[in-house]
Amino acid sequence: MAANWNDVKEGQEIGPLVKNCSTQQLVQWAAGSGDFYQIHYDKDFAIGTGLKGLIVHGALKNAFLGQLVHDWVGNNGRIKKYGCSYRGMDFPNEDVVCKGVVRKKYEQGGEKLVDLEVWTENPQGQQTTPGSATVVFK
Amino acid sequence: MADTAAQESLITDEMRAEIGKRSQPWTCEVDKLQVRMFARSVGHTDPIYYDLAAAKAAGYRSLPCPPGYLGTPVYNPATSDATFGGRRGSGPGPQPRRPLTRILNGGTEIEYFGDICAGDVLTAVSYTADIVERKGGLGEMLITTSKTEYTNQDGKLVAVSTGTGIRY
Repeated sequence: MAANWNDVKEGQEIGPLVKNCSTQQLVQWAAGSGDFYQIHYDKDFAIGTGLKGLIVHGALKNAFLGQLVHDWVGNNGRIKKYGCSYRGMDFPNEDVVCKGVVRKKYEQGGEKLVDLEVWTENPQGQQTTPGSATVVFK
Repeated sequence: MADTAAQESLITDEMRAEIGKRSQPWTCEVDKLQVRMFARSVGHTDPIYYDLAAAKAAGYRSLPCPPGYLGTPVYNPATSDATFGGRRGSGPGPQPRRPLTRILNGGTEIEYFGDICAGDVLTAVSYTADIVERKGGLGEMLITTSKTEYTNQDGKLVAVSTGTGIRY
């Protein structure tokens, strides 16, 4: 169920949204995003560049974090700003666990705003894609 | 290797002169087919990204762009990059004082100023916002922040994306 402004509390956790990319999903993302770089679907090519194998697109992880926040706020608000840093690689057929926590709830310029810290975790529990988001509630 | 303090900055005057220079505009189309493809590839389950009636019931003009999607650059085989779809670069531009050969995508951020929906035609213009240098675990690094402004068919600025590129 979508979050309600009155119920949002600082420190509240959101997610997890668990993703696990098949190579099929990486090909779908290539078509969806228009990024056809071969390191994401051609294993020989990826290994030829020095990688141990295929890697998940950074922008796809960014989009996963967008889904995490969108699914949390639903139609009770809109994403005002969001982004992430690409700190570590993730691989197909391994969990990419998207999580978040409410850092700040405030009103500013007549808007009801919530700042979130969001990130992805790999199966070793390392944050590979730390980020943040600001949501404006209706 | 010379002492860092004695070394000249990696960033040349020619590079500094590029900061703030606005690119030629390019066009990004948003259409239902691509909104659905993008949403499907992420794994979105909210029907607003697939079903026009659901999108309208939620207050959108048409299927809205899922987070991270800012339209698709119009493809032109004469001028577009075959791998990434955007406009092919016009050259490497001014180079740092000492060569840096490797590139990392450091991160991305989007700020929204309005809804973006299928049927919209966005005009994008990019510029280098900042260049800084650092010494870290990867050695000498150049961190370039670039911004792209997206304006819709009504002349409204609807999004600004910020990208961070790291060269080392």
